[in-house]
Amino acid sequence: MDRLLNVTTGLSVILLVIILISVRRAHIRVEYSVTWLLAAAAMLILSRMHPLLDAVRNLIGLPDSPLTLFLLAGGVVLVMLFRFSVIISHLRDNNIALAQRVAILEYHLQHLKNHENQEA
Amino acid sequence: MISPNAPDSLLVIVPALNEEAAIGDVVRDIHQHVPGVPVLVIDDSSSDNTIAVARQAGAEVLPMPHHLGVGGCVQAGYKLAYELGYQYVIRVDGDGQHDARDISRVFEKLKSTGCEMVIGSRFVAENGSRTGTVRSLGIRFFRLVLRPVLGKAVHDPTSGFVGVNRRALDVFRQSFPLEYPEIEALVVLQRRRFRFEEVPCKMRPRTTGRSSITALKSLYYVVHVLLGVFVNVLKFDRRFRRAQRERGTGG
Repeated sequence: MDRLLNVTTGLSVILLVIILISVRRAHIRVEYSVTWLLAAAAMLILSRMHPLLDAVRNLIGLPDSPLTLFLLAGGVVLVMLFRFSVIISHLRDNNIALAQRVAILEYHLQHLKNHENQEA
Repeated sequence: MISPNAPDSLLVIVPALNEEAAIGDVVRDIHQHVPGVPVLVIDDSSSDNTIAVARQAGAEVLPMPHHLGVGGCVQAGYKLAYELGYQYVIRVDGDGQHDARDISRVFEKLKSTGCEMVIGSRFVAENGSRTGTVRSLGIRFFRLVLRPVLGKAVHDPTSGFVGVNRRALDVFRQSFPLEYPEIEALVVLQRRRFRFEEVPCKMRPRTTGRSSITALKSLYYVVHVLLGVFVNVLKFDRRFRRAQRERGTGG
């Protein structure tokens, strides 16, 4: 069990480092990194603080601590996936509206150019 | 540039994706049967010569910067038509399945009834139009589902041959279903207490290309459209109840 929790600690640290580097290199926007940072920090804390993890385990009623930890991690990942689906939906709507606006403006522009050419 | 030149100005829009084999005949067919009516082909980022062929046949073309799907294309056409001041818009598919002779019948119905939408229907009267078994089952299923939602029977809810007036244009330019829009658009209009009518139209068998709704996509189509109908019913009913409450509080 301890080995599994140690692996979780290691993975949490790696995740934290990757997120911080990604934010620094502007690969991920700060507002989207916060959720990942919180999730990684929560995993790190729970994997190191056994009494806290045991309290959570008792609260949920699961037989062992690693299962509790991975169940919580799975729940967080699901919430985050849903959040990203919402964001992607908004972006797609905005993208379609923008594409339509660009097409309509190009249409008007093309006809203005044609009109100018005819007058010249 | 196309511009409305009569009080009852009509624009025919044709969404098209890789329809170079059919689009020329579609445009010429429309010009022949409804002369003087401008045709706007909305090209959904085709990889073939759809744009050139459509222009050569005498249509105006609105090319999309990237693939938007049929709903995104139709909505772009509605937006442009509304901005240019058109009173009526009729959508015809770019694959040549709709008969341009029926356009004037849809247009007359729009004008004479004052309703917001007219559907060119294959099933109002027996007219020799044929549909595949799966599609036919789907249409029957949606007829049953839509009957209580719309408050009246609709014979051909999946028809892409649709005419709308300016009131419907105003609604659709702001909100229009992006995938499989036909059925959801009906629900959107009905929830706003708009009216629709159907006129009998003939549908020709597809001569080129393939339908975007394959057998494998049928299940996704049914789930997607059912969800869309359900969401629209809930959304508009909630708005309606809220408006009623506000009227009650205000009065």
